[in-house]
Amino acid sequence: MMKDSQRTLVIAIVAALALAAPWVAYPVFLMTALCFALFACAFNLLLGYAGLMSFGHAMFFGMAGYFYGHVVKTWNLPPELGLIAGVAGAAAIGLVTGALAIRRQGIYFAMITLAFAQMVYFFCVQAPFTGGEDGLQGIPRKPLLGIIPTHDDHVLYYVVLAIFLFGFGTIYRIIHSPFGQVLKAIRDNEQRAVSLGYEADRYKLLAFVLSAALAGLAGATKAMVLQFATLTDVSAAMSGEVVLMALVGGLGTITGPVIGAFILVTMQNYLASFGEFVLVIQGVIFVVIVIAFRRGLVGELSALWRARFQPRSTEPETAD
Amino acid sequence: MAEILLKVAGLHAWYGESHILHGVDFQVGRGELVTLLGRNGVGKTTTLRSIMGIVEKRTGSIAFAGRETVGQPSDTIARQGLAYCPEERGIFSSLNVEENLLLPPVVKPGGMSVDEIYRLFPNLLERRRSQGTKLSGGEQQMLAIGRILRTGANLLLLDEPTEGLAPVIVQRIGDIISELKDRGFTILLVEQNFHFAARVADRHYVMEDGKVVDMIAAAEVEQNRAKLQAYLGV
Repeated sequence: MMKDSQRTLVIAIVAALALAAPWVAYPVFLMTALCFALFACAFNLLLGYAGLMSFGHAMFFGMAGYFYGHVVKTWNLPPELGLIAGVAGAAAIGLVTGALAIRRQGIYFAMITLAFAQMVYFFCVQAPFTGGEDGLQGIPRKPLLGIIPTHDDHVLYYVVLAIFLFGFGTIYRIIHSPFGQVLKAIRDNEQRAVSLGYEADRYKLLAFVLSAALAGLAGATKAMVLQFATLTDVSAAMSGEVVLMALVGGLGTITGPVIGAFILVTMQNYLASFGEFVLVIQGVIFVVIVIAFRRGLVGELSALWRARFQPRSTEPETAD
Repeated sequence: MAEILLKVAGLHAWYGESHILHGVDFQVGRGELVTLLGRNGVGKTTTLRSIMGIVEKRTGSIAFAGRETVGQPSDTIARQGLAYCPEERGIFSSLNVEENLLLPPVVKPGGMSVDEIYRLFPNLLERRRSQGTKLSGGEQQMLAIGRILRTGANLLLLDEPTEGLAPVIVQRIGDIISELKDRGFTILLVEQNFHFAARVADRHYVMEDGKVVDMIAAAEVEQNRAKLQAYLGV
């Protein structure tokens, strides 16, 4: 790992870039990428640290967008309540689906989450409050907390950056807490963790609900930025995309999903002229990553860094 | 015998369809160090795993401190004060030594402090920041034992702690097990290495075909040596 001084320098550079970015790049693009980055981090909390592969995370992301839209547009309430509704709604869906899914392991767990996500998708196609195929459009950008003018893209960017940092910080705290240690232990060897006295299912459920809530925060924020909530965000394709983001960046690394999300969002943005071929290109990249970079970009880079700069005698820190 | 801490009676256990234990009976007094001996495949490990509730399909009676535990899940059993050190050691590979030591929940007062554990295993102190997988076999075994001493559990189930280790390490583990007994831990030890077991144990139970077939006290080992050799096939 890096020395403290190097680490401080890297953090300072990233912070400066993050603050200057909206004056260089298109703010709405950056905000979208930040929302997906948070979504991927939330997904990574579950797969990378608890070892639970969910194929239905779009249900939390997309439903939170609908909750946000409904609260802000239909009920005409302020955006902060919309965000809270998105997080709470996603957490509630996470509690119900998680309670049923975590009773099964591996592929069965993934299939149950996929099945729930499909149910949610078809619910959204039919239910009146989602607007069906049209989605919820024209969600107004009202002042946040009554004072922050979110109609200005540059102002909203800093709001979204703050939300992202809040979510990212929360995940960092979770991973480095005793609870996070137990999650890693369950991922490494569930039976052993149980026979030491941990009720693994309770820990897995809590991780699932936390991941769902944070995915909800990402989804509600995206609805705030783009002013609409659509079926795309609850679709199976979206569930697959978040898996891809986490894998490309590096599972079980804290920054990997952020990098992965930026790469994918950038690709979709700049390759948009290729139309549906974006999916083919994504597929190729996915195959290459899985074959050549098993640990994802961040995972491979930090392994290279350790091999290059670390004397053999010292032990690497526990991967985080 | 002192107060009975663990009493196993008529214990049957299954892995899926195969019936492994056919009515195991034995008991362990508080503060005793008792071994389960026997050849490969007679059900020694299964007995420990059934006591811990890891083997869920089991009938009969396992009473710990007078309370029945058959039918309880593994985590509930662990919280009553039983701790299991499995043969495969089960070190959590993504945690370092100290994190592995701190992970198990404290279930009762009276466990050892981390400093006391490091005093018992100085190697672990040197390697406290090393990841679980970077340890030697002996260090992993020490960590696997050390990890369950902090929780306040008073019955330790140790499954072949000497397997695959160099003689000098086996010696060291023997000393540590004796020291743990002196500290008041009750220990149920599964061993193939009879010379190791004979050095530390108060009594030996011999298992064959999923049953306990004999009990030999430490003082009677010499006059029963021929019989033991027949049981163990050494």
